[in-house]
Amino acid sequence: MAEVLFWPALLAYGEAAVAYVGNAVRPGTAGRLATWGVRLGWLLQTALLTVQATRADGFPWDTWAGSLALFVWLVVTGYLIWGCRVRYRLLGLAVMPPVALLLVVSRLAGGTSLPARSDYSTAFLVLHVGLVLAAFAGFTLAAALSGLYLWQERRLKSRKPGTVLGRMPSLVGLETLSARTVVFALPALTTGIVAGLVRLRDSGGGLDALMAVTLLTWLVYAVFLLVRFEFGWRGRRAAYLLLAGFALVAVARLALPLTHFS
Amino acid sequence: MTLVLVGLSHRVAPVELRERVALAPDEAAALARELGEAVCLSTCNRTEVYLATDEPERDEARSVDALAASAGVPGAELRPSLYRLRDEAAALHLFRVAAGLDSMVPGEGEILGQVRSAYETGAAGSFLDRLFRQALHAGKRVRAQTAIGENPVSVPAAAAALAEQVFGDLAGCRVLLVGAGRTAELAARSLVSRGASIAFVANRSLERAAELTGRYGGEALSLERVRDELVCVDVVVSSTSAPGVVLRREDVALALRRRKGRPLFLIDIAVPRDLDPAIHDVDGCYLYDIDDLESVAAEGLASRRAHAERAEAIVAEEADEFRAWRASLDVVPAIASLRARAEEIRATELERARARLGRLSEADRLTVESLTAQIVNKLLHLPTVRMKEAAAGADGAVYANALRHLFDLRD
Repeated sequence: MAEVLFWPALLAYGEAAVAYVGNAVRPGTAGRLATWGVRLGWLLQTALLTVQATRADGFPWDTWAGSLALFVWLVVTGYLIWGCRVRYRLLGLAVMPPVALLLVVSRLAGGTSLPARSDYSTAFLVLHVGLVLAAFAGFTLAAALSGLYLWQERRLKSRKPGTVLGRMPSLVGLETLSARTVVFALPALTTGIVAGLVRLRDSGGGLDALMAVTLLTWLVYAVFLLVRFEFGWRGRRAAYLLLAGFALVAVARLALPLTHFS
Repeated sequence: MTLVLVGLSHRVAPVELRERVALAPDEAAALARELGEAVCLSTCNRTEVYLATDEPERDEARSVDALAASAGVPGAELRPSLYRLRDEAAALHLFRVAAGLDSMVPGEGEILGQVRSAYETGAAGSFLDRLFRQALHAGKRVRAQTAIGENPVSVPAAAAALAEQVFGDLAGCRVLLVGAGRTAELAARSLVSRGASIAFVANRSLERAAELTGRYGGEALSLERVRDELVCVDVVVSSTSAPGVVLRREDVALALRRRKGRPLFLIDIAVPRDLDPAIHDVDGCYLYDIDDLESVAAEGLASRRAHAERAEAIVAEEADEFRAWRASLDVVPAIASLRARAEEIRATELERARARLGRLSEADRLTVESLTAQIVNKLLHLPTVRMKEAAAGADGAVYANALRHLFDLRD
């Protein structure tokens, strides 16, 4: 059943990715097709994850491939909240192609098959893996918004006729939305990390590279919130800080198989 | 039923004549009621009367006389400036008007509301009702499916559109006007119409500044206080006739530090320029001068013209749909007569057979009734469909006449 649902979900995400490219060239119908592709793909992937959850004995996404599939779903879920609005369609160009690619990687690494029962309790995995992944998905979207902010800011600074106007989100809108995304994501990461540290203390394990990168990521986003809301850091500097945070998220995702699952 | 259009617009009549013929909304509504099934559309760029009538020549002449009388212009003087269109040409014209394609600025959005208002206050019967609903649909489709109305075509509109690129919704944005001339007022009006509020008007003459604050709100300031207020505004519009720079880069950079990163959008429409061009280099500051705004407006106009081609195609599709509906009106009476004739024959033959059918039970009699009705319906189904298809083409009337002749029908 999971196999049957995977291919249509991938097809829908792929269609959305291609349609977003078309929408960037000629806005209109392609943008609408992309939006429906995202919605349909999300529904199909939700069904796929539901099937996995029903059939698994415990938390089914504690493998690297499984967690990647869940991460993809969380990114698309976050994107769906506001990303389908006409002005945010350009963001789909940054989100959907990597999403489709990551889903393929997850499938190749066995993300649609059922893992053996984990040594960890389901409650711990939901709290730790689920919340850390949700936070990472939020940081990914915040980075995409920051990228779009920098692009839009550059257009407005260029003052070139024919480029300064368009169906784009406003600078203030992008900046506010990215900060708001971090406001929601950081508490999730904090809770996920605390759950992991408590488990680590009980089991007596040591700190590994992934844990160090995750803590550093937490620190970067905590600093972002502090300077954003206390010292009024906005604009380009804030966008670069969010992109730096995302670089750490990417390292954490790549480092995961090398440390936790080797 | 013939559709008649009589009117004049900016394309054929000078403003001196247009303003005399223009009608207030209640006058336009009264004229429409006076003319029968009519709708009168009157804006600053056009006055047009749409009529659905069986006597087109007579009612067209009545419309011309009524327009001449209301304008106080002799009919002979008015006639050369009037265009008169019939049926498909008149419908296509209305669809182009509703889509903004016949406007002075292609794609302007106000006309759609004016067409709607004329339709709602006019005396539309079933024919004009369908025509105007289709015209409004055409206008909406053009706006939804093309970007014809999106880009600004004037300097004030360009300034407001650029401010929206920075702040999004301008509701809650505070504006500081530096200079209280006509240009500043136009820019202010454009910003206010999109939700911004005027916080301050700074001018050498406080009296003139107070005049503007009286109309748009805000506080009148002297030019010396402009620097102090940069902290609490979002948009600055400068248009003084001062020979030197009113705001320097250092002034703005200092204010930016106290704004906690909130961006500042500055519009300099003065010549010579009021604002130091280096302000644009400050992080979080966006400065556009008159040349930048004129380029954006020119680009907007070019973009609207580029989208006009797609808009024309949409309008043509809508006009085709209306023509098909209009043609179907020619065959509907013939189809109705044919069905009535068939039903009459069925009823007569059933009545004739009643003596023999009298021996049948009630259930059997109902079965026979139902059977005969089904036979009639099945026989007439295909000709009805084919007639409706033919009506969409040019042969609708020919088919309708053939039907009347073959079955000896009278509408």
